[in-house]
Amino acid sequence: MIELIRKHAWVLGLAVLLVVLLGVTKLIQPNFGAPGLESLARSALPFAFATAAMAVVVIVGGIDLSVASMMAVCAVTAAVLMERMAGVPALLIVLCVGLAMGLVNGALIVITRVPDIVVTLAMLFVWEGVALLILTSPGGATASWLRAATRGDFLIDGLPKALVIMGLCIAIVWLPIRRSKLGLSIYATGSDALAAFRSGVAVDRTRIIAYGICGLFSAMGGLSLAALTGIGEPVPGPYLMASVAAVVLGGVVLGGGKGGLLGPIIAVFILRIIRTILTVMAVDPNVTTIVEGTIMVGVVMLGTAVTLRGVRR
Amino acid sequence: MTDTPLLDATGVAKSYGAVKALTDASLTVARGEVVALMGANGAGKSTFVKILTGALKPDTGRIVIDGREARMGSPAQARRSGLVPVYQEPSLIPDLDVRDNLRLGDTPVEPFRQWVEDLGIKGIRLSDMIGDLPLATLRILDLARALAAEPDVLLLDEMTAALPTDLVERVLKVVRDRADAGMGVIYVSHRFTEISQLCDRASVLRDGRTVGDLKIEPGVEDRAVELMLGEKISLGARESAAALAARSGTPRLSVKSLAAAPKLQDVSFDLHAGEVLGVVALEGQGQDELFDVLAGFRKPTGGTIEVEGRPARFAHPSEAIAAGLTYVPGNRSEALLAQRSVRENIALPFSAHPRTWGPLKMRTERERVDYAIEKLQIDTRAQGEVQRLSGGNQQKVTIGRWLATGVETLLLFDPTRGIDVRTKRQIYPLVRELAEKGAAVLFYTSELAEVRLACDRAVVIFNGRVVDVIDAADADEPTLMRAAYGLTGREGAA
Amino acid sequence: MSMADDTGTDSALVRFGRLLRDNPIIPLIAFLLLLIVVLEVMRPGIVMPIRAGRDGLISTFWLGNLIKFAIPLAMLAACQVLTMLTAGIDLSVGVVATVSAFVCATLSSTLGVPEAVLVSLACGLSVGLVNGFGVGIVRVHPLIMTLGTGLIATGCLQVYQRFTINSGTLIPGFLEWLGTGRTMGMPNGLYLFIPFAAFILWLMRFTGFGRLLFALGSNERAAKLSGVKSWQVLMALYALSGLIAALAGLLYLGMIRAPSLNLANPLLLPSVAAAVIGGTSIFGGRGSFAGAIVGALILRVLDTMLTLMQMPEGARTALFGLIILAVTALYVRITGTR
Repeated sequence: MIELIRKHAWVLGLAVLLVVLLGVTKLIQPNFGAPGLESLARSALPFAFATAAMAVVVIVGGIDLSVASMMAVCAVTAAVLMERMAGVPALLIVLCVGLAMGLVNGALIVITRVPDIVVTLAMLFVWEGVALLILTSPGGATASWLRAATRGDFLIDGLPKALVIMGLCIAIVWLPIRRSKLGLSIYATGSDALAAFRSGVAVDRTRIIAYGICGLFSAMGGLSLAALTGIGEPVPGPYLMASVAAVVLGGVVLGGGKGGLLGPIIAVFILRIIRTILTVMAVDPNVTTIVEGTIMVGVVMLGTAVTLRGVRR
Repeated sequence: MTDTPLLDATGVAKSYGAVKALTDASLTVARGEVVALMGANGAGKSTFVKILTGALKPDTGRIVIDGREARMGSPAQARRSGLVPVYQEPSLIPDLDVRDNLRLGDTPVEPFRQWVEDLGIKGIRLSDMIGDLPLATLRILDLARALAAEPDVLLLDEMTAALPTDLVERVLKVVRDRADAGMGVIYVSHRFTEISQLCDRASVLRDGRTVGDLKIEPGVEDRAVELMLGEKISLGARESAAALAARSGTPRLSVKSLAAAPKLQDVSFDLHAGEVLGVVALEGQGQDELFDVLAGFRKPTGGTIEVEGRPARFAHPSEAIAAGLTYVPGNRSEALLAQRSVRENIALPFSAHPRTWGPLKMRTERERVDYAIEKLQIDTRAQGEVQRLSGGNQQKVTIGRWLATGVETLLLFDPTRGIDVRTKRQIYPLVRELAEKGAAVLFYTSELAEVRLACDRAVVIFNGRVVDVIDAADADEPTLMRAAYGLTGREGAA
Repeated sequence: MSMADDTGTDSALVRFGRLLRDNPIIPLIAFLLLLIVVLEVMRPGIVMPIRAGRDGLISTFWLGNLIKFAIPLAMLAACQVLTMLTAGIDLSVGVVATVSAFVCATLSSTLGVPEAVLVSLACGLSVGLVNGFGVGIVRVHPLIMTLGTGLIATGCLQVYQRFTINSGTLIPGFLEWLGTGRTMGMPNGLYLFIPFAAFILWLMRFTGFGRLLFALGSNERAAKLSGVKSWQVLMALYALSGLIAALAGLLYLGMIRAPSLNLANPLLLPSVAAAVIGGTSIFGGRGSFAGAIVGALILRVLDTMLTLMQMPEGARTALFGLIILAVTALYVRITGTR
């Protein structure tokens, strides 16, 4: 038991921090309740998926700067398709598109031998361009049931539907993988690629698949964007920096091999609730952006410093 | 034992671009046989091991395991063909626990547990994180994992290096038992004591070619050394210099009880101006840490350093350089700007300080660089990029860098590793000359014969401590070797 | 690995690659000329008015325009070349240029022009210093760090804009002269750019600082071994990069004459592309500003062609991304190094 706590100390700490921050919000604004939670969960939805996407590739030892662009591609694809065809097949197509984009990223990294960060920087622009080609300006429409799916509470008050959807989608994809040989391979590759290779792990294939999963989560992020706004927005949102910060804060080490998805998701909520608190305190939303940006940069700096110390030891 | 060998590799060759790492390597292992694979540095041993284990594809050659031609496209395929390796660096994933590491390679848990126990490691739980376990334990776990996979051929690559002696004994015993039960074992090592205890035969590589197959019997060491060295190169002994006279007054560099956890325990010596002090040690006895500390790359965990009698502490190499301590690392690629010119490489320290970030002083730079180039006879035909120079010329560039700035105390870490004999013979007199002009030189070498050629005396480090100090006159190879293995009784003689 | 005298054993591709690497400027200029020929074929008379029945062998108007719009791009590309030499990158340059332009335009009417210009440059310098701190001292990956500071700077700009919403904007006369004026058909921007380019070329080749940029990118450990404190170099480098970006923003302000909240942001991607096309390795240790200038010209010609072909904005963005990837992948393939 003690060992279990020790092993997950970071995630537990984050959870405690989240509860404390929720408490602080409640203190500042006594009528913060179920509706507040609901809007928090809704606003966190695309961030959570972006973070899950980023977390998977960081665990495998890479990074994907094109997450936000892939989300934009998926959002506009969804909005365009759902105007013309039934929602469910459109949704499946979008998921496939996301998966394909991720696989392309991974394959390019493996084939060209150019480092992840450079390839995905280039692909950031490529996918952004693709999104603009699909829709030059915000438009299209999302299926109404998809929009409804993220609104309101699930069964009981105070349990936002958005939160349930987020948990379900990520769990359905990640839990089976995490427990399987593939999951082990992902962690092994990120932890020590040479040792993994020597242990018989197909390192290249594992990398490509991890990027594929990243694309899949990005597709979910894009769908959630489309669901929240009701239209498709071709310009990538501010999800890149936010997802890197949440991943680092969530205990996934840049460099790979450590951490899971739960920590980063809790981190997303922590970062989002800071915005809520600032809003409740009637801080200028633009100042909020600065504060958020500073916190994110600070988190990444701190994470890097800690990682470096660990390596030097 | 059957007539068809368990493993039969023939005509294996591999080139990296223009460099031929292996030209014609072969190896056979019969059922129940333990074969040592030997070779000096650069003989192609590690390339051969990589090919055998599937980490590298050979250009030509075939490998037959148990009568079937083995396709070794990857370590996984090699494993399926029946060959399982254990490396010096354990191939266990640090961020996974023991159980997950076993699952990764489909290793059955029960036999693994049994082997761990037989190898004498207690208290290992399957939920232990690999990253939390000590290196020696990891090596044993890696071996147990390999044994649990019940391979036809087991390949052990330097796996006993820096393992405590009791564990080495157990490993050797278990491996011998397995061999007697019919397993074939390839044992890559340069430790004669272990080889003579464990192996049936030794296969010797030299310059990428298998040059001999020896039966292990008394006196095989000499024969193996002969094969590994090829024709005996006589370098001619240096006349014993009277550097003793210089050994008075304040030493240039005085090290007292220096420690850098975990490997460097307690090292003390004095280095005087005009003296070349050799450092002799087996791999991994703390010499890397010693040089890192002196060069300012690492902070010591104990002890003191004095330069010209004044205490010194270096937080950054620039501080060591300011104190006159300049470092030539063993790995040339660490010290060179591969894509830049010879001149830029040598002139690099000139611009280090922000004061010198302005316009380059072309004339002084050229004078000093030319001096170094001439002094070292660096072949500058391909001076556009240092990476196009030969290894020997590259090494000269790294030394030349400090010649151009003016040498006070030079820290040379195995400067002749992997370079041609001609260059070596230029480096020894140069080191002597520097010393005669008043420089102090600390000279680690992995080639014991060099102590007599370049040094005045040598400190021998074993297990992170100085175990002996030997004058150049007495420093024949057997003496040094015995001392390096900690076989002399003069503990703490420095 | 010894790479002894290996001429003659390498494949033709490798040798050709090495030639390109050593003298990237020659094939680049050839490529630029080729693109210009293609452009002329696409729209006869655009480059050579004589073919369309007008006066002049080469259109100075066209040439002047090409150079005029390439200048701010080449200046921002200088930031990328310098940072890439150390295996870094500066993704905050677009935002910094925008901030500097906006600050200058809004402060000129109240503070006076020289003061406004100084404040603008100070903004660029301070963003650069923060980048330098993050990259040099904390050792955050430059990509992430500069992306983050760009984000923060954008936020600051938005807040700042709310305070200045009432005070009008004023574009300093000399910036307008630099940005839009012409001397003998050539843009006045060259008065700023030629000394600037000379300075950067001199900095890279003939100063100790330039040497250290190459050294850090080639082998940081070797530099450390020689006593170089990399944080000092990186700090100065990113500060310089911020300063250059601010300067480019001022010039751009004079050129566009309408400050907005994302004035120079679209120049970010082309600035990276120009540097990469110009033979600068994103992995450090190799780069040329002359190449980047030609790269900027190539991108402008390419841009004109895409506009003529009525390519949508998205295709352009995607194409630039692909160019960066393709050139980098080719570089890795040819040299076998990273």
